[in-house]
Amino acid sequence: MATVSKKKKFSLKVLSRNPEEYRRETKLDIHKAPQNPDAYLHPFSLGREYQRALNATKLERVFAKPFLCGLDGHKDTIEALAKFPSRLAHVLSAASDGEVRLWDLSTKKCVSSVVAHDGLVHSLCAHRSGQFFLSTGQDANIKFWSCSEEGKIGAEPVRTILNKNVYQGIDHHEKEEIFVTCGQSLDVWAGDRSQPYQSYKWGLDSMHHVKFNRIETHLIAVAADDRSIMLYDTRGGSGVQKLVMKMKTNSLCWNPMQAYMFTAACDDFNLYSYDIRNLRIASNKYEDHIGAVMDIDYAPTGKEFVTAGYDRCVRIFNVAEGHSRDVYTTKRMQRVNHILWSMDNKYILSGSDEMNVRLWKAKASEKLGVMKPREKSAFNTMETLKKTFKDHPEIKRIARHRHLRETRLHHRNSRSGHRRMPRREKRATGGSTANQARYHLWRTGQNRSWTSKNSSRGLWGAGVGVVCVVC
Amino acid sequence: MTSLTSSSEKKSEKANIRYFFPKDPDKGGAKFSFIRRKKDVIEEVPVDERKLKKWRSGEASRGYARTKFHSQKIRAREKVFETVAEKAARAELLCAEEEGALEGEKTYQITQNDIRSTADEATQQKIFDLRLDQFGPYRLDYTRNGRHLVIGGAKGHVAAFDWQTKSLHCEINVMETVADVKWLHQETMFAVAQKKNVFIYDNQGIELHCLKHLDLALRLEFLPYHFLLVSASAKGYLSYLDVSMGKEVSGICTKQGRLDILTVNPQSAIVHLGHPNGTVSLWTPNMKEPAAKILCHASSLRDVAVDFSGNYMATTGMDRRLKIFDLRTYKELSRFQYNKRQCPGTLDFSQKGILAVSRDNVVELYQDMTNQAYRPERPYLYHRCDKLVQDVMFCPYEDVLGIGHGWGFSSIVVPGAGEANFDALEANPFQSKSQRKQTEVRMLLDKVQPEMITLGSGIGEVDLKTAEELQEERNKTKFLKPSKIDFTPRHKMKGGSKAGKIEQRKKGVQEQHLRSAVRDIVRTKQVEGRLNQRNKSRPGLTDGSSSLQRLKKKSA
Repeated sequence: MATVSKKKKFSLKVLSRNPEEYRRETKLDIHKAPQNPDAYLHPFSLGREYQRALNATKLERVFAKPFLCGLDGHKDTIEALAKFPSRLAHVLSAASDGEVRLWDLSTKKCVSSVVAHDGLVHSLCAHRSGQFFLSTGQDANIKFWSCSEEGKIGAEPVRTILNKNVYQGIDHHEKEEIFVTCGQSLDVWAGDRSQPYQSYKWGLDSMHHVKFNRIETHLIAVAADDRSIMLYDTRGGSGVQKLVMKMKTNSLCWNPMQAYMFTAACDDFNLYSYDIRNLRIASNKYEDHIGAVMDIDYAPTGKEFVTAGYDRCVRIFNVAEGHSRDVYTTKRMQRVNHILWSMDNKYILSGSDEMNVRLWKAKASEKLGVMKPREKSAFNTMETLKKTFKDHPEIKRIARHRHLRETRLHHRNSRSGHRRMPRREKRATGGSTANQARYHLWRTGQNRSWTSKNSSRGLWGAGVGVVCVVC
Repeated sequence: MTSLTSSSEKKSEKANIRYFFPKDPDKGGAKFSFIRRKKDVIEEVPVDERKLKKWRSGEASRGYARTKFHSQKIRAREKVFETVAEKAARAELLCAEEEGALEGEKTYQITQNDIRSTADEATQQKIFDLRLDQFGPYRLDYTRNGRHLVIGGAKGHVAAFDWQTKSLHCEINVMETVADVKWLHQETMFAVAQKKNVFIYDNQGIELHCLKHLDLALRLEFLPYHFLLVSASAKGYLSYLDVSMGKEVSGICTKQGRLDILTVNPQSAIVHLGHPNGTVSLWTPNMKEPAAKILCHASSLRDVAVDFSGNYMATTGMDRRLKIFDLRTYKELSRFQYNKRQCPGTLDFSQKGILAVSRDNVVELYQDMTNQAYRPERPYLYHRCDKLVQDVMFCPYEDVLGIGHGWGFSSIVVPGAGEANFDALEANPFQSKSQRKQTEVRMLLDKVQPEMITLGSGIGEVDLKTAEELQEERNKTKFLKPSKIDFTPRHKMKGGSKAGKIEQRKKGVQEQHLRSAVRDIVRTKQVEGRLNQRNKSRPGLTDGSSSLQRLKKKSA
């Protein structure tokens, strides 16, 4: 408010606030909160943000309770897991005793079960319509099972194909009525025919894992027992590319968003991502498991994947990074053989040796259920803060720390110290001098000076031996 | 006629104007309707570059790093900063309150009576005197939002009140000498440095704590973002007490004698102590030695004050000088010699940079003292009290200066002293009880750790030291030889552990290791070489030998 004095000739303006302008009018209003972004009014703003980020990181660890429930009922080791591409709640699991169960994840109960095969079930896959699924077993049969909306499996198979040889892997085409099996040879089946309309063989050894590409739907990737990964196109007469690894590939998975990328889970405890346009070099190498990696499944976003380890843990990797972002274990979980990432990107299922299927959250500290808008925005703020300050040593330490019960599961956390390797895994090196040298260095920490620095992104480490290309 | 209508129709089509006739609501039409405006109609008015400059913090980098990936990352980050600056510049419009000002010739001749006779009624209420001639001289403290005041007389009289409504919270006599009073984080508690110990009272005057380990305290300061109560004692001890936990964070023996001059840098929370030997020492709770020492006067010091930007420090000494220092360079900016028998005493900076200097029973107010080019001949304002001035403090967010003197307390109006637009999330003079409670919780959650009080590199700075170490290590790896491997093969049965066999196995492992090590080193060098080749063609990267060169401060 400016006033002018006539006597001494000066104009005066003094700060004089009207309280009515700063108070809310009624009790139903929200409080007025004028703001001024001038920096001197906000001392330590960065320090306070850091503190908030630290608190957010701590809270994340406090609320990290990823285990939801165990789906028990199987009477033998889990041999296969399969998800329905068109149904969120239903999941299939199969055990060594030949039983297949269908689970409803919303009620966490088994809806129906059927003894599908004599002896163990090797592989399962669902038709994309969700109306039936396929199974292969030790009895060398391929069986088609009907499956109702509510999840009831038919008592008898809809169709059975009898074979001479056992098929170890099966997968269904994304769009057409084609499915593919692998065993002694890679067979492509179509329609109602009881004979494969195409059969591929490349090398002598049998194949144990097969996956259709979900985008380039005619592409098939197969893992064989002779340490090789082969790529086939169902429209062609022979294989397209072959890649020989140093050690066996247990399982592989195509990236659901990038048609040309796949990731292979290897016996040498690592995973390798490959771009099929250049198989000469792995595009990324994922370390952290300290046992053979048994299975891998991608998140539907294609940004992350989850792996099942022989070292009795489940690890989640970010595709762009070389080390896992999280590890899930329980006291009782034995070697994990199979893993699934649900189609809504929220849950993970693991099937392990001790007859249990376990349901996990994909984000360990995520709050499930409906959130209010303010809650949601608070979580978003926390997420951004964590991201901004993630490289600060204290925050990094807290975010990375895991309480792993057994020393054998420590990997990242004990990088500076000795890495223990159990005798069983040591034996898994297969006696090759290269691996022995690697493990020795690894154990003594001698390789830190150059390997972890220079070739931690070192895709040359254990990747490719030979690449054959057939045009 | 027909031709005319048709041409007008064409015209309207050409101009692409859509006419809109609101339908009659009685006939089933909507009363209001919105036509979607065309995209190109909305145009953001570009922000004035001068305004933007004010809000840009820090220097823009050239946007280059060694790799394309990191260059892009830097550029993306800079874009965010630019957006922040632009939004702040646009939001200036919302800061509607205007700063105070006093214009005219010879403003120093204008007295408080003149102001009172011209100003509005609310301002008139802000000019008052409390005549308390029994217990003086008084020290005072305003809360962070400028709403509440606590005064403490040297002979034991302590009173806390809302000075705007003039409602008294409490009035007590502690029956001891009072050296200093200080509000804690909110108006619910204040600390009083008494003869022997520091006491904490709530706003009812009830004694909450007696802090026996802060003995013989002469001056108190409070760091609201760290919840630290700082006390300087007659025996030379500087103590930091975390009032949220009641734990002493740090106690430092300064070995500097009686500490009766204490002030805090509001931007960095560094404590400034003034000493009889003319030095000012800067302290953090993390070091037992001063972080810096500045020789300011050739005589003993009388008072120190740091301005709200945290960049300037004013000191007064027994040599009758008032000096201004730049805390970024620790250099003297300007000095003022007072006349004989006029020794400047206590000091305080206002939020907008007005400096209050007391000498005897007079308070002088100067504007623009931190501006190097400007040397005021005469003060901006002038106020004469009844008795010797003991303490001066500007009220935050108000054009008011509080003066504690031998006969009580005076409140005078200094136009242009306070910040006009407060930020309610930091300090709100109009906060309700529930808001106060919520703010308290939030403040506690965001409490900054005392370890983060540092002189120099803080949390937002580039950690040059670690970065240099990393670079050194990286440089070393170029010349690294493959490490030797010490491998003892396991004992094997059935002749597997014959000397020859053992040697064979050992050699196999060693050779394998050597081969892979060499291969890795060669490949690393190849990649490095390719990067260097590419960087040669980039501007701004070839001049410095190290990539860290660009982070270093440029010498002027």
